[in-house]
Amino acid sequence: MSLLAVRDLAVARGGLRVVEGVSFSLDPGRALVLRGPNGIGKTTLLRTLAGLQPAVAGTVEAAPEAIAYAGHSDGLKPALTVTENLRFWAEIFGGHDIAAVLEAMNLRELAARPAHALSAGQKRRLGLARLMVTGRPVWLLDEPTVSLDRDSVALCAAMLRAHLGRGGAAVIATHIDLGMPEAETLDLGLHRATQARRESRPAGFNEAFG
Amino acid sequence: MKALLIRDLRLATRAGGGFGLALAFFLIVCTLVPFGVGPEGGTLSRIAPGILWVGALLSCLLSLDRIFALDFEDGSLDLLATAPLPLEGAVAIKAFAHWLVTGLPLALSAPVFGLLLHLPGPAYPWLVASLVLGTPALSMLGAFGAAVTVGLRRGGLLLSLLVLPLYVPTLIFGAEAVRRGAAGADPVVPLVFLAAITLATLALAPFAAAAALRVNLR
Repeated sequence: MSLLAVRDLAVARGGLRVVEGVSFSLDPGRALVLRGPNGIGKTTLLRTLAGLQPAVAGTVEAAPEAIAYAGHSDGLKPALTVTENLRFWAEIFGGHDIAAVLEAMNLRELAARPAHALSAGQKRRLGLARLMVTGRPVWLLDEPTVSLDRDSVALCAAMLRAHLGRGGAAVIATHIDLGMPEAETLDLGLHRATQARRESRPAGFNEAFG
Repeated sequence: MKALLIRDLRLATRAGGGFGLALAFFLIVCTLVPFGVGPEGGTLSRIAPGILWVGALLSCLLSLDRIFALDFEDGSLDLLATAPLPLEGAVAIKAFAHWLVTGLPLALSAPVFGLLLHLPGPAYPWLVASLVLGTPALSMLGAFGAAVTVGLRRGGLLLSLLVLPLYVPTLIFGAEAVRRGAAGADPVVPLVFLAAITLATLALAPFAAAAALRVNLR
């Protein structure tokens, strides 16, 4: 039983089809690394998988409420402390324990610090910690290692491996080597849309009137 | 849901949250009017109900764009949209939090501002009642406007243009209730209309706002 099944998916950004013919399925304990040059549509694909935008063609099948999405921004409130930020998301997703997560992401010493006083790398770690309190099996990570140092990248890989070990799955868009040889790789460069044709329907307000 | 409400209230009351801004703006509007129209009590008390309601409306407008814009910028809105909480519920809670930090303080402090404008004595309870009944609609309609304009640069200006016409029915019945209270007439009919407008808004606007947000998040 796969956690996430994608068949012949095509996605569009700004009304232009960027990637098409993407098919994969993700079993528990598996990770998929998305690769490809800038602008190929990695973020767009992840947002489509998360249900934030509709697919142009093809299907995405996932169990309801199985997917946790972590985009470029971490969704942190500068005025709240690390604990308050994390507890908020834990409560929204059904009250998971945050003490263990703070420990795992090496954030315990920063727990009482407001998020605006964190460095970029520390913010990123808190953003990744948020995934752990969602309790959802499928993680979609968009460039998770941006602004992380080498130790934190290792921490991130260890956290991912622990998640896979618990029967989770992950789709990761990244340019650097996470040090996870067991992960499969999908090169989106091979799925580049053959002709960039404009979709008849605008994707949003900005596009329609901007 | 409770978590979201607590977070929004906490954010509003911490540094830079803008709590009290609406009240201060309301105070300034109410002190400027006597300078503009002159200090005669008769003139002022005749226009006081309208001025108080227009002032409340404009003060409410100040912080509307913050309902979604900040969450959109820092990515929280993407995460809320994928959370187990229905987006309609999140919209309603955020509008409620906005009302708690703007509309409710406005309604409770309005009698003080009424004094500045020579509002006749019998009108005070009706001023508070009309604001308590009417301002939830202002926050909810504002949340809809904020949802429509969330991704736009300088969306705050467009937001005002979109939302102010929608405020007209609330303004008419709210000011009419206070005017009748001031004249010693029965203000119940406009108050009932005011409550009806608020209830209809509370029922419909969360769905419209959530739909607009989904389009803007694409």
